[in-house]
Amino acid sequence: MAIRARVTVTLKNGVLDPQGKAIEGALGTLGFGGVGQVRQGKVFDIEVDSADRAKAEADIKAMCEKLLANTVIEDYAVEIAG
Amino acid sequence: MRTAVVLLPGLNRDRDMIAALTEITGKKPHTVWQTETDIPDVDLIVIPGGFSYGDYLRCGAIGARMPVMQAVAEKARQGAMVMGVCNGFQILLEAGLLPGALMRNATLKFVCREVKLEITNANTAFTRGYDAGQIIRCPVAHHDGNYFADDETLKRLEGEGRVVFRYAEGSNPNGSVNDIAGIVSPEGNVLGMMPHPENLIEAAHGGTDGRALFAGALGLAA
Repeated sequence: MAIRARVTVTLKNGVLDPQGKAIEGALGTLGFGGVGQVRQGKVFDIEVDSADRAKAEADIKAMCEKLLANTVIEDYAVEIAG
Repeated sequence: MRTAVVLLPGLNRDRDMIAALTEITGKKPHTVWQTETDIPDVDLIVIPGGFSYGDYLRCGAIGARMPVMQAVAEKARQGAMVMGVCNGFQILLEAGLLPGALMRNATLKFVCREVKLEITNANTAFTRGYDAGQIIRCPVAHHDGNYFADDETLKRLEGEGRVVFRYAEGSNPNGSVNDIAGIVSPEGNVLGMMPHPENLIEAAHGGTDGRALFAGALGLAA
């Protein structure tokens, strides 16, 4: 059984995000008013072949810790598709 | 006097590094491919600059997980001298051999120019050929050189004298916190730095300010 997960990786609060700042500026240039802070990040859609949902989730969290996120500067969230 | 250079796909400063090490030691360095787990006993292991794995995911992230890096980590634990320049620095951070992270330059622009570096600690094997407070010239060429670490890590690095190179006043090209350009491990045997000392070691480069770094690391007279 394929378990599908979506991993979202975002910069931690307080970590400067110059790319987010540039996007924020570009949105203003396009005429979108009232745009506050923009922070950019990454999304990973991962399929794991497993019958054990809890184990798959634990594995994906380990993947985040070991590779998908750099926990010095990034937070991650794992969402398993229903 | 032997040296080794780690090779990963996408690095592009490996030839410059090999040329520099050959010029300084008189012997060609060993080269160690990413899948190799045996690194010969050498006096200095270098991870050169470039864009390993196209900077996919994060700069240095994939390269840091290749088998050769486990061997580098083991050598470093045993006290071997290890040096990472530019992408090599990014790889050392991603591999957890040094603390912190290198992020996109604050200007968002790739920067390729010469900067001034201040030697903030001349009491390491890598910097003993310089004087504390000395300002040297060194080229930089990177897009992700913006050093970041949390406050606690910064306090530790600064308190232990582990910031060895700082961009001199007005010279910070990337927004690095505390103008940090290079740091060492607690034992002082692992150095990571963004600037390229290998590109300033002979008269044809227009200067030789980088030479003392290699000479120091190898225990040679500059």
